[in-house]
Amino acid sequence: MRLLAEGLSAKRGEDLIFNDISFALDTGEALVVTGPNGSGKSTLLRVLAGLLSPESGHLKLENAPPEIAHPSELSHYLGHRNAMKRELTVAENLSFWQRFMGDSPGGVGIALTEAVEAVGLPDIAHLPFGYLSAGQQRRMAMAKLLVAHRPIWILDEPTAALDAGADRLFADLVKAHLGKGGIVIAATHQPLGLDQTRELHMKGFEHFAGGLWHDA
Amino acid sequence: MIALFFRDLKLSIRAGGGAMIGVLFFMTVVAVIPFGVGPDLNLLSRIGPAILWIGALLASLLGLDRLFQAERDDGSLDLMLMQETPLLFTVFVKCAAHWAATGLPLVIASPLLGLFMNMSEIAIGATMLTLLIGTPAITFIGAVGAAVAVSLPRGGLLVSILVLPLAIPVLIFGVSAVYAAIEDPAPFLPPLMILAAITLFFAVIGPVAAAAALRHASD
Repeated sequence: MRLLAEGLSAKRGEDLIFNDISFALDTGEALVVTGPNGSGKSTLLRVLAGLLSPESGHLKLENAPPEIAHPSELSHYLGHRNAMKRELTVAENLSFWQRFMGDSPGGVGIALTEAVEAVGLPDIAHLPFGYLSAGQQRRMAMAKLLVAHRPIWILDEPTAALDAGADRLFADLVKAHLGKGGIVIAATHQPLGLDQTRELHMKGFEHFAGGLWHDA
Repeated sequence: MIALFFRDLKLSIRAGGGAMIGVLFFMTVVAVIPFGVGPDLNLLSRIGPAILWIGALLASLLGLDRLFQAERDDGSLDLMLMQETPLLFTVFVKCAAHWAATGLPLVIASPLLGLFMNMSEIAIGATMLTLLIGTPAITFIGAVGAAVAVSLPRGGLLVSILVLPLAIPVLIFGVSAVYAAIEDPAPFLPPLMILAAITLFFAVIGPVAAAAALRHASD
């Protein structure tokens, strides 16, 4: 599978946020999107997740199952908000998303107990999500990535509110996902601790040249 | 989809869910009417069906604005928009769960409130039946309003105002079916059938319109 973006640009209101961004990602590759605040990282990720329509350019998947209309159907999106209900327990939240999302073709999600172990919090799945600390909530939101299989992970500042240990744990999760032939696109300020990554540096509107490619 | 239905039901009965708010409001509105109108039993039994219907209509508008806003606030709406499952079905199931949590209790509470209004057994039965058939329509219409106002921080009143004109036919045919049941010359079935038709119509149109509005509201 290969994710191709060609000449993407997006507007917020009247302002062009970024212009002419192109990249191609094969299975097992990660793209790290960096750049100062307001340079359009989150907007780019929302375009990739199909939540915003691009002003120009397009996004396509090569060698994808034919019934897939948009790459977003094969993607996990972890935004700034965790998409978990405070009133429900962690286990209820995770099992809802597991059943609601289902697995994409070509893989299966892991069991709920394994997922909470994988994020290092096996003992608190029975608590209401609202009782957890910000870091614990973020980790549980990551467990959501594991319970339903999606080949593409789109992560918007995934390690915000995480301690150093959780950072490493998360890097391991991402590595394992890439090792199984996944694709990861992450916007971040901190290094994710990955070896084989490509980097897209967004400069913001003033520089207007759009994204620059660096092979790390 | 079944998972979504039960999650929404669970959320509505947990703290802050607001399943009971509608029923309590319904009871409050209907319970104060006899005090305001005075102890004229004939008058009460004559206006009873209309009062029950108005109370139920207003009560089902309460809490509608949170239908999609709560999902948007915590980011769940983004994930729902991304799935392969058509958004239409997601909206339909959310409406069904919302009705089961807020509309159904109104139907169940209506016989008790019918007694407050000195209504006959037939009038109580007919009111219950028309509420059962008619209140889902209000939820489906309301879903459109809720989807349009999803990104407005205080959309509650706006949703009610948007939705009310469309809900008026439901009220008219609901109440006229009840009066047809208790007053002899008027036939009972035609207004009931029209009420059922309105519900079926909005069960199709509502989710389509709400899904379209949600797609365009995402930013």
